[in-house]
Amino acid sequence: MNQWLKQHLQPLQMVLGRMRQNLLGTVLICCVMGVTLSLPEILYTIVDNLSQMTGSIESKPQLSLFLKMDAPSSTKDAIAEKLKKHPDIKTYEFVSKESAWEQFQQNAATADITGSLSKNPLPDAYFVTPKDIHPESVQRLQQEIQHWDGVDLAQIDANWIKRLDTVIKLGKKAIFVLVALLGFALIAIVGNTIRLQILTQLEEIEVSKLIGATNQFIRRPFLYAGTLYGLGGGIAAWLIVLAVVTLFNSSITQIADLYASQFRLSMPGLWVTLTMLISAIGLGWLGSFVAVNRSLAQIEKL
Amino acid sequence: MIKFDQVSKRYPGSYETIKSISFEINQGDLVFVTGASGAGKSTLLKMIAGLERPTAGTVLIGNQNVSQLKSSAIPYLRRKFGLIFQDHKLLYDRNCYENVALPLYINGVLGEEAAKRIRAALDKVGLLNKERSMPITLSGGEQQRLAIARAVVSRPAILIADEPTGNLDENYAADILGFLYAFQQVGVTVIIASHELPHSIPDNVKNILKQLHLQDGELSA
Repeated sequence: MNQWLKQHLQPLQMVLGRMRQNLLGTVLICCVMGVTLSLPEILYTIVDNLSQMTGSIESKPQLSLFLKMDAPSSTKDAIAEKLKKHPDIKTYEFVSKESAWEQFQQNAATADITGSLSKNPLPDAYFVTPKDIHPESVQRLQQEIQHWDGVDLAQIDANWIKRLDTVIKLGKKAIFVLVALLGFALIAIVGNTIRLQILTQLEEIEVSKLIGATNQFIRRPFLYAGTLYGLGGGIAAWLIVLAVVTLFNSSITQIADLYASQFRLSMPGLWVTLTMLISAIGLGWLGSFVAVNRSLAQIEKL
Repeated sequence: MIKFDQVSKRYPGSYETIKSISFEINQGDLVFVTGASGAGKSTLLKMIAGLERPTAGTVLIGNQNVSQLKSSAIPYLRRKFGLIFQDHKLLYDRNCYENVALPLYINGVLGEEAAKRIRAALDKVGLLNKERSMPITLSGGEQQRLAIARAVVSRPAILIADEPTGNLDENYAADILGFLYAFQQVGVTVIIASHELPHSIPDNVKNILKQLHLQDGELSA
């Protein structure tokens, strides 16, 4: 075990020593990887924040039935009865004009407006959740209810949320494509870097092979180098995302305050951050593995 | 220990470099492989050290048939040999100590044990006071001695030197050969390739020396 550890520590120390000697080059490679990795991470951060925002709003389609202002309570009861019996309706909820007015006054976003109104302009309303949330059947239900007695307006909510949802889904797809493309780019970057390092150490590899080094022994320092580049790139990417989020938030704060919203971009969570870091390390390893194996095969042909 | 039986070697697109050679080298032998340039000396040494495989015939090294070895086993075969090259093949990006350390690291010998053996090897060739020097600052003779230190540090049973004195003047050459003879004295099999036998050979060496003279890829008496 001790021996095994030493056999790994020795090349690791050697690689770290070389990286320290060529500090500028090492930092630049990590920066290149960091920028590459940060692109999908930034997109993820934006999409994730947007979807969290929409997630806090009910994203299932709902029907709002606004009753006529002068509808008597018998009409209200009749509608309640119809809603209860309707086969396509899952749940419904009655909100009286008084309680709606109260909520309106309590909401920070609308409190300013209520102050300037002298009387309650809100109608009684039913909020209906249909069983079948398919857009077409929701629309059919809306048209049916619109013709009921005492109903002023039957409105399908959450249309804009649905649109936003589509955009977010598109964003998620874009992340996937970006991750795939940039992951490939990353393997190429690390692979090329390691390939150049192998070229400068070709002599060492040849001599090592001549005096009985296994391929494993020759690969080890390069794999460590690739892994360390991956780690450095992952950390650089995180720092870039942190900088971008901080920069954006200073502007978002101003806009959000205008809408009395607490919305801020938040950094990716611990698990996402760890996943990104581990993927960066994995890609670094993979890049160097590909490069060193190719070079070994070429050397063996000589 | 080393047995060649009807061994031939042909490089792709070339005539036969080695033609059906048979000989045997025993443990503790001192063997000179002589012959003009292009006679096949280097190829022969490479086949002994497992750097090249024969095209035909069998090469047995310590009862292992080299032709039948898996390529993953070749590195372990090579570790039995200490190799000294005409062009030293030192690594010029590291100091003497680190050059000698390489075979030990490859063998997985590290730390205190490695340091002890590296210093012992450097001491043996008289370079202990230069362990921190870079090889480029050493003279030709010193570089060859460093190469010897690297070849013997992992205590190989067989020492192979390909024209170790090729680029050296006579004094240095005698110096280097002296080191190699000394290893033979302690039981190491020593195989040296050279154009011809050295001009002056110590008497105690002369008696045990074996010569394999190559001419156009064939052994001649």
